[in-house]
Amino acid sequence: MTDTAISFRDVHKRFATTHALKGVSFDIKRGEYFGLLGPNGAGKSTLISITAGLAQASSGSVAVLGHDVVTDYRAARRALGVVPQELVYDPFFSVREMLRLQAGYQGCGKEVWPWIDELLERLELEDKGANSIRQLSGGMKRRVLIAQALVHKPEVVILDEPTAGVDVELRRTLWDFTRELHAAGHTIVLTTHYLEEAEELCDRIGILNHGELQVLEDKNALLGRHPYRFLSLELAAEGTTEALPAYVERLVEDRHDNTIDLKLKQGEDFIGEVIEGVRGAGWRIVDVHTREPSLENIFVELTMDEDSATTGDTA
Amino acid sequence: MNWRGCYTLFIKEVRRFYSVILQTVGAPVITALLYMLVFGQVLSGQTIEGVRAVEFLVPGLMMMSIIQNSFANTSSSITQSKIMGNLVFLLMSPLSAFEIYLAYIGASLVRAVLVAIVLYIVTQFFVTVPIHHPLLMLVMLIFSGGTLAVMGMIAGIVANKFDHLAAFQNFFILPMSFLSGVFYSIHNLPAFWQKASYFNPFFYMIDGFRHGFFGVGDANPVVSLIVAAAFFVIVSAVAIAMLARGYKIRG
Repeated sequence: MTDTAISFRDVHKRFATTHALKGVSFDIKRGEYFGLLGPNGAGKSTLISITAGLAQASSGSVAVLGHDVVTDYRAARRALGVVPQELVYDPFFSVREMLRLQAGYQGCGKEVWPWIDELLERLELEDKGANSIRQLSGGMKRRVLIAQALVHKPEVVILDEPTAGVDVELRRTLWDFTRELHAAGHTIVLTTHYLEEAEELCDRIGILNHGELQVLEDKNALLGRHPYRFLSLELAAEGTTEALPAYVERLVEDRHDNTIDLKLKQGEDFIGEVIEGVRGAGWRIVDVHTREPSLENIFVELTMDEDSATTGDTA
Repeated sequence: MNWRGCYTLFIKEVRRFYSVILQTVGAPVITALLYMLVFGQVLSGQTIEGVRAVEFLVPGLMMMSIIQNSFANTSSSITQSKIMGNLVFLLMSPLSAFEIYLAYIGASLVRAVLVAIVLYIVTQFFVTVPIHHPLLMLVMLIFSGGTLAVMGMIAGIVANKFDHLAAFQNFFILPMSFLSGVFYSIHNLPAFWQKASYFNPFFYMIDGFRHGFFGVGDANPVVSLIVAAAFFVIVSAVAIAMLARGYKIRG
């Protein structure tokens, strides 16, 4: 049995006027929680559509658990559950009917009906089974879509921006649910605009930009590529007028009210020295906050580099 | 074959039209019945091809309803799924082009047969229409309804909005079915239009079907059968190829 959940090999997608995917190659490992990130128009949804069979690659290949999505599409689609980005539904049927129909398309019969009821319960939809999907709120529709992707118990689950436009509480519920799926052995692929989401959930991150895979790394290694730490010091209002020592001053990124934000390079600037320096100048420190760099810092830095590089190439 | 998947889609499609049965079966039956009563009154006392005019109308109206409803069922379902976006659920499922084709055409035929049966039963309160060759009638029904269901499928795939479908329905299907001998025998037409009718496939559908009832018709029933079968095979090949290639449905 293969160790690869999804493998992309030199995938190109050309539309009439755009080259949406420019030779994307990478593997998503079995059992991992993978984050696929990228700015709007980077090609994430196109890549997912090709994997799900909703679009055809111009060249290259995609395989799910070793099954080519074109030549062996039945096995590939049985192994895959995709939660689409748009809130689509069939207005003719109730939630439970829709889930049973979807299971039927997958070739599953009544044996999965208890599983469908379990899904409804776990997604807090147990009292909505008889409702038309039309009557549900946006958040509930989103959960029905998730249930629909899971009716056939696929090993690999792709969630295309599942938390877009979802309130904080539901976002937490969905996070927990995907964590449970992951713990139960499913491979999870998440695309998202919320970097904190990827940071919190994913083991490994791929960043697509302008149709190319720009980054493919373990989350921690990726975070390590940004060797900074952020320090915020809240100072007493009635402080000294003394200037900060020069070696502290050069670290200051921002000042607002009585707070100064500093950016410290790991291994060179030490929190203890900074705090001693500030106190030494006669300031009284009221509060201290430190923060590790977030994926957002790295993401912005990486995609901005690429933007300027691309501009340079084409100029 | 993913038989269960195919069967599920078939059942889904049947339930889709069944949930609005007044509109999908009731309305066409009433429309055809009104045609029969109005034209029957106007033509009362006349005979066409040796058959009382009002009785002559019945198989033609049945076939016209079969043609229009088979087309409407597939075309509106597919267009609606495309516009609502829920076609993705089907496209992401392990269903082959042939399985999707079979399910849609099968459901469409169920609707066509239902309309035809209800219409036949209702008309028997007013007239008596015999069935001389039930097998011919049934086979003509399946090939004709099937052909139009497949054409509806192709139109549904190609159409980007309901307006396109309405145009196809009103400017092509409706005139072609009206002008193919529902209300008349082509022997009553001027020579030119008589000849022209032989190039209209709908004429053979109606004439062959009517032959099944009265045992007489304008064309040789074997020719009608062959034309209807040939059209069914040709449009089916086109539709299956479109589905397999993902034409306009898989980006």
